[in-house]
Amino acid sequence: MPETNTIEELKKISLEIRKDVTRSLAEAGSGHLGGSLGLADIFTCLYFNILNHNPEKPDWDERDRLILSIGHVAPVFYSALAHSGYFKRSELMTLRKLGSRLQGHPGKEHGLPGIELSAGSLGQGLSVAVGLALSGKMDQETWNVFSIHGDGELQEGAIWEAAMSASHHQLNNLVALIDRNYVQIDGKNSDVMEIEPLKAKFESFGWKVMACNGHDHKDIITTYQKAINWKKGPVAIIAKTHMGKGVKSIEDDYGWHGKPPKPEQVDAFIKELEQNQ
Amino acid sequence: MFTLKQLKPTRFGFGEGLKSLGEKNPSVVALGADITSSVSVNFFKEAFPDRFFSFGIAEQNIMGVAAGLALGGKIPFASTYGVFSALRATDQVRISICYNDLPVKIGGAHAGISVGPDGATHQALEDIAIMRALPNMTVLSPCDATQTKLATIASVEQVNGPAYIRFGREAVPDFTTEDLPFEVGKGQLLKEGKDITIVATGHLVWEALQAAYMLDKQNINVRVINIHTIKPIDKEIIIQAAKETGLIVTAEEHQIYGGLGSAVAEVLVKEHPVKVKMIGMNDQFGESGKPEELMQKYGLTSAHIADEINKLIKQKK
Repeated sequence: MPETNTIEELKKISLEIRKDVTRSLAEAGSGHLGGSLGLADIFTCLYFNILNHNPEKPDWDERDRLILSIGHVAPVFYSALAHSGYFKRSELMTLRKLGSRLQGHPGKEHGLPGIELSAGSLGQGLSVAVGLALSGKMDQETWNVFSIHGDGELQEGAIWEAAMSASHHQLNNLVALIDRNYVQIDGKNSDVMEIEPLKAKFESFGWKVMACNGHDHKDIITTYQKAINWKKGPVAIIAKTHMGKGVKSIEDDYGWHGKPPKPEQVDAFIKELEQNQ
Repeated sequence: MFTLKQLKPTRFGFGEGLKSLGEKNPSVVALGADITSSVSVNFFKEAFPDRFFSFGIAEQNIMGVAAGLALGGKIPFASTYGVFSALRATDQVRISICYNDLPVKIGGAHAGISVGPDGATHQALEDIAIMRALPNMTVLSPCDATQTKLATIASVEQVNGPAYIRFGREAVPDFTTEDLPFEVGKGQLLKEGKDITIVATGHLVWEALQAAYMLDKQNINVRVINIHTIKPIDKEIIIQAAKETGLIVTAEEHQIYGGLGSAVAEVLVKEHPVKVKMIGMNDQFGESGKPEELMQKYGLTSAHIADEINKLIKQKK
């Protein structure tokens, strides 16, 4: 079960997660810093407030299921798992290295506890979340399925196949969060391939759409609680975030989608993170 | 000697096997891709309406959903035409199903050119090549309707991970009985022979047997092996045949690249190199026509197999 944390405590955890993300990516020498920093507040709220889970028993039957569709933000996911107690934080520094349980994109077969799904090829996670939610409904389970998606990922057609099916099967145990940071590798979503009007798209596919500030812990938690209590069908949360949040010099710069900090940048980035928390 | 019991589409065997699994195992569920009756999943749907879920014409989603159901503890059957289940949704099959090593069972219907008039778009001819290249995947290609039923049941009872089950549309000779045990990964020696071996899969096993019976009359003694499991392939039965007969002919309703012929050659080139003649589609698309006309045109009948063997035997002497 989640601990009860004050907003101040959650903010501190988010800062520590961001620092670990920065250090582990610099050590790895490759990986995705921007999205991982951008999602730190959301992952903190999930693992320290929203999710029913037990790091002592990762396979606990009644746990909520988190499906990370955008596997490239693995660093923030791993960091949240380590801070929750699934494994030691020191293991974060093995990220992306040969023999590590922390694969570049989550890979269950390498044995890291807390991973529901090996994923990373974009556009697949919502389908899996739909299947898992359907399974839960068949068995009248009380747990919910929480999936995490990128905004650029919504350009994948399979996402909309899955969206159509989630409302068709009235999956009211499914909450999909969209990391709405407006950028992707090639540039702004609106230049690469416009995905707006996003709210209207999901609504027209039969979803309830909610919005939150993805850096406001209180707003994230309140919105998730509303989504969980919405019992008429699937819910999409459009969470506005900034790629690279916390390091002003890289915020919203799409060049930082798939780049790690250089080792000599780590101290400066961490100093910025501490100042900007 | 195997004799013809009846003509029966192998897809009916799949439907019967799936229904039988439904009776035995409450975890088995089935997904519909709009062609539920066409792929015989209606047998299951009518018997277990609460365990059947329609997902429409959306194969990529269906494979992901099947992975999710499997994560939830179900054994889902995701069945559609092989061109879609193996090709349209390959990335979902690769990552969501195979990389996660989940017990999703994939039906690949309407395999081969014997689909007939629908033509090239709907004739699965590359599915074996693609499915067998995926780690963790088991690939089953049974020889008739009776064996397809057994293979479908075995895909759950003998395989823990993902499996692809290949079957066809048209009525084809049904000649095995349920007494012939189906063991995943074990080839079946259907006819002894010492001069040459035909290794066949799918309904070409019947054509291979007919070719062998014809050649017996010409004093050419042909061994016939049914490879109903393309992956993992039975190396021993193939190596033994190469050692004892010295010549191998493979026969399949699939491209000669990447299918049964390639799988057999991969074994032999490493273990006991002998000449292998591959009979199949020669790097080409099919077309519309009656199934028997197409089998004739593309050289997949017993007469064609016998002709090829005659040529090889002459070269051998």
